[in-house]
Amino acid sequence: MVIDQQKMQSLSARMVEAEVKGRSPWADARRRFFRNRAAMLGLTILVLVTLFALFGGAFAQWSNEELDFSVMGRVAELGAPSLANGHYFGTDNLGRDLYARTVQGTQISLMVGVVGAAIAVIVGTLYGATAGYIGGRTDQIMMRAVDILMSIPYMFVLILLLVMFGRSMSMLFLGIGLISWLDMSRIVRGQTLSLKNREFVEAARATGVSSFRIIIRHIVPNLLGVVAVYATLLVPLMILTESFISFLGLGVQEPLTSWGALISEGAGTMNYGTLWQLAFPLFFFVITLFGFFFVGDGLRDALDPKER
Amino acid sequence: MSDLLTVRDLRVTFSLRREGAMPWASPTLLRAVNGVDFTLRAGETLGIVGESGCGKSTLARALIGLVPATGQAEWIDGRDLLNLTPRQMMAYRQDIQMVFQDPLASLNPRMTVGQIIAEPLVTHRPDLPRAEIRERVRAMMEKVGLLPNQINRYPHEFSGGQCQRIGIARALIVEPRLVICDEPVSALDVSIQAQVINLLIRLQKELGLSLIFIAHDLSVVKHVSDRVMVLYLGKVMELASASDLYGSPQHPYTQALLSAVPVPDPTVEAARTIVPLKGDLPSPMNPPSGCVFRTRCPRAEARCAAEVPALAGGDHAVACHFPGPLTEAEIARAREVA
Ligand code: SF4
Repeated sequence: MVIDQQKMQSLSARMVEAEVKGRSPWADARRRFFRNRAAMLGLTILVLVTLFALFGGAFAQWSNEELDFSVMGRVAELGAPSLANGHYFGTDNLGRDLYARTVQGTQISLMVGVVGAAIAVIVGTLYGATAGYIGGRTDQIMMRAVDILMSIPYMFVLILLLVMFGRSMSMLFLGIGLISWLDMSRIVRGQTLSLKNREFVEAARATGVSSFRIIIRHIVPNLLGVVAVYATLLVPLMILTESFISFLGLGVQEPLTSWGALISEGAGTMNYGTLWQLAFPLFFFVITLFGFFFVGDGLRDALDPKER
Repeated sequence: MSDLLTVRDLRVTFSLRREGAMPWASPTLLRAVNGVDFTLRAGETLGIVGESGCGKSTLARALIGLVPATGQAEWIDGRDLLNLTPRQMMAYRQDIQMVFQDPLASLNPRMTVGQIIAEPLVTHRPDLPRAEIRERVRAMMEKVGLLPNQINRYPHEFSGGQCQRIGIARALIVEPRLVICDEPVSALDVSIQAQVINLLIRLQKELGLSLIFIAHDLSVVKHVSDRVMVLYLGKVMELASASDLYGSPQHPYTQALLSAVPVPDPTVEAARTIVPLKGDLPSPMNPPSGCVFRTRCPRAEARCAAEVPALAGGDHAVACHFPGPLTEAEIARAREVA
């Protein structure tokens, strides 16, 4: 009897116990991610670069448009990086403060990357999930459209767009956004196809959950891992694309600048002894790309433990 | 007892296109379910047994509207479930719920147990306040033997047996009248199987449910079912009350299946004769003429290839030209070939 009572008591105690908090698959992935050294290094770099882009301007002694007349014309001798005259990163060929210019370029490059990736994530995910879930003829038509768009040499089109409609930020975003979601939609569609035959989706269909809700509640959350990984790898790709275009001289327009534009300017004057003009933008460019790749890799390992 | 569901001539046909075939080439037809008739009475359990590939899962999916089917499935109120628009079907989806085979795969890994169990309720009763839904979910968890304080946990934190309890709770939360269990225990450990089956039996009694219980061997079905239906290649071979079917199986196929069921008593186990089935299951894309079982039947004769045997015999229905217990000679012949 005594034992029974004890059992009953402990049972009832367990019943009224506060609700146990579950360990979601996301929380598991987060834990694995934080244990990954390379990924954490990448994340730290990205945080620092972002902070630099956001608050770096506050430390600048010069604005990004001011010309320093004291160094003008003798940039190679006087424009080198120095703390004394406030040009931490030196000046560019026109005597503008390279530190302020790099901050500005970082802002724009990051923005291009993030916005491009965001468009890819939103449009690509919904497009791919819809095509994959509905299937049949709709899927055929939607994916053939993607194939056709992909077969167009996009760099060519992008350059054409920029030349025809003039160079502007919105044109650049439009161009990059137009192409970035294609790959994403393909990846998402493939994943959706395999998810849609899983039993939990069948269970939802059997109880009459609407297609829209199934896509939002069952398909998309289970795709998010792949999407997150691909998106982090897409950001540097977008940055590269923008930089390439800017390097060609078709990207952002003065007085705006970006890493690509800065690197292009720096590369142009490489032979005149002003190597810092190339080195500083290039440094930020490279570490950011590395940061994104490390984080993307870490995310992939964290979200898909079976792969290891 | 009234008939909850009357199924007449239910057929599910998939048309398969060969990979790389020309678009105008006619597709191959796979008749997964090929004219099945049965009735299900209110409050009873119908066991459906057959080898994998005999169409039993497809039959379940057809009843619940997951795959398109032809024929008739008359619900108790006289409506034919197979010919409803999706909108009309919504009302019946609440009455018919399903428990799936793979407990973990049938639960969305990104949702908490509470969200999973609540989903049918949220779908069918959007007017209920959240607190009420939560209360009902907790009550249902208790009913199926889960601790209600686990409501915020995720499926991967549960064992297979517990996951199946979650699946059962999800099916029962909307108070259905019919629950279709598609091999609910075949993915579980033997020790857990009994628990889940007993839970199903208990809940059925408590709630007055009708169950369709699908399994691939006769032993599991035995304890649960009032009546048992044996399927082979999408056709009904034998349909009888459980005691009749296990006591005096008439169809050669049923007898072969039954002979393979292990018996717990060692002396009986040693004495029993296994009737082996020769050969493999024929392809459902190209089923044998006449009786579909004839390629493996020890009693097959010329008439079996020519005529399709009808399912006849009232309460103990058999689809065979020559029903009856297998003779010693036939068993010996079956063993020889196998
Ligand atoms: S009809 Fe003929 S082949 Fe079919 S089960 Fe009966 S005896 Fe065997």
